[in-house]
Amino acid sequence: MTPLFEFLLRQGDNALVLGHRTSEWCGVAPALEEDIALANTALDLIGQTQLWLGYAAEVEGAGRSANDLAYLRDVYDFRNVLMLEVPNADFGRTLMRQFLFDAFQVPWLTALQGSDDQQVADIAAKSLKEAQYHLDRSSETVIMLGDGTDESHARMKAALDYLFPYAGEMFADDAIDTAIRESGVAPLPSTVRTQWNETLRRVMNEAYLTIPDTTFNHSGGRTGFRHTEYLGHMLATMQTLQRSYPGATW
Amino acid sequence: MYAQMVKSTGKGVASREDMTPEDRQFQDRIDAGEKIEPKDYMPDGYRKNLIRQIGQHAHSEIVGQLPEGNWITRAPTLERKANLLAKVQDEAGHGLYLYCAAETLGVSRDEMFEMLHDGRMKYSSIFNYPTLTWADMGAVGWLVDGAAIMNQVPLQRTSYGPYARAMVRICKEESFHQRQGYHIMIKMAREGSADQKRMAQDALNRFWYPSLMMFGPSDKDSVHSAQSMAWKIKMNTNDELRQKFVDETVPQAEYLGLTVPDEHLSWNAETGHYDFSEPDWSEFSDVISGNGPCNVDRLNARKTAWDDGAWVRDAMMAHADKKAQRRMAAE
Ligand SMILES: [Fe+2]
Ligand SMILES: [Fe+2]
Ligand SMILES: [Fe+2]
Repeated sequence: MTPLFEFLLRQGDNALVLGHRTSEWCGVAPALEEDIALANTALDLIGQTQLWLGYAAEVEGAGRSANDLAYLRDVYDFRNVLMLEVPNADFGRTLMRQFLFDAFQVPWLTALQGSDDQQVADIAAKSLKEAQYHLDRSSETVIMLGDGTDESHARMKAALDYLFPYAGEMFADDAIDTAIRESGVAPLPSTVRTQWNETLRRVMNEAYLTIPDTTFNHSGGRTGFRHTEYLGHMLATMQTLQRSYPGATW
Repeated sequence: MYAQMVKSTGKGVASREDMTPEDRQFQDRIDAGEKIEPKDYMPDGYRKNLIRQIGQHAHSEIVGQLPEGNWITRAPTLERKANLLAKVQDEAGHGLYLYCAAETLGVSRDEMFEMLHDGRMKYSSIFNYPTLTWADMGAVGWLVDGAAIMNQVPLQRTSYGPYARAMVRICKEESFHQRQGYHIMIKMAREGSADQKRMAQDALNRFWYPSLMMFGPSDKDSVHSAQSMAWKIKMNTNDELRQKFVDETVPQAEYLGLTVPDEHLSWNAETGHYDFSEPDWSEFSDVISGNGPCNVDRLNARKTAWDDGAWVRDAMMAHADKKAQRRMAAE
């Protein structure tokens, strides 16, 4: 696997896995407006998946399609960060995760717009508009729920405490990131951490939430070395038709 | 159609002599094809009937999210997943337009939810059937959205302005849903493998009669329907719409190479329509009265979502209050 292929899988799998999780809310959100907004987010992310995995398939040159990559890889070939595959739990955790990710995506995609790889730059430009909108919405919701009732505050605190140790993986540079930087495709993920920290501080401040005092980071998603137990269940659901009826077209 | 057996409040069509002068003027406006707007005079019965009908329609849109939502996480390709998500999102949007239309008649969305949850208001019988294979996503779009269109296209001309305008927006999307569903059927029934063909036929077998039931039992002699038709909140009889649906759908099934599960189905050259078997109306009464395959689970799913979401809605209200108070304190 070339670094570029790996890099593209990381982008595409993040979008796919979070898009799938978000789509699980369909029909059961706390209010009709939220239902529509969550479906919208999921749609954007599935659309981004098609672009990233489509390009990944092209770069790989092995005759696979975006759908083959989404539906016919197993757990250890997925390259999303762990934070995106853990279950939705309640609406609070879902929106807190969305915020933590959006706050990364906006500076990250902004940087990718300057990629030497024109396709990466184009996909980033298109995705950035969506990510900005997602960030506005998720920040606003996190603030409302953090600064809402006692119950909502407690739930948002629990969500942040649970998710925070997963967030650091987004910035964990490795050899692939170094190779990608050297080829001019993208900067190191760690370079957007400062901006992420600023957004986090501003929003948590407005939400009356305390950023957990921990430096521990889970890892193993973006390298594929060790995913959570949850991903296998997600894939079992997501891939059921492609696995049960090999070669069928739908 | 999504409004089945909506009982009118009157006892048949009021005769002109029995009408108050206002009611007579109101009926004249309707007969002249004018639109009634929220602030206009309207008889009590008209308002109540409309609330029931629009409410039932709105509830059908949101309960209708569930059988299709059941397949979003299992959609077989990224394109299909996106299409299905977009479709179910549209249905939530339809629910929203319709609740807004009903609100102009003086009933809030929360009140209508309450009536849905405690059984005072109904939703279409069709959404009490399970979706078992991917072909059901085709069948639902093709047949269920198809049947909904039969009813909703004429409702674009209904007498109540906000309802008519909601229908115009909704109809555009419904016909797109119908085509999308039919396309799933083409992929499976015409171009698919033996397994996929079998799934497609099985889906048609299970959804054919429930789709015919969507139009409700024959109402050609119903006093309720006559009043609704005089008020132009119902534009055709149930039998007319059912016949139109069968006439349009049978050739589509033939094109797919599927067999409509009705041994009495035949073209009648004299009438220029298909003759077909009535659905099992005792099954329909069961489903309408709560004993369909999924009634309890569908309603529980809605109630659970509503109850689980209470803390979010409460928090949003509390936050808005806090913000307002802080603004006041700052002034
Ligand atoms: Fe609809
Ligand atoms: Fe519908
Ligand atoms: Fe529809």
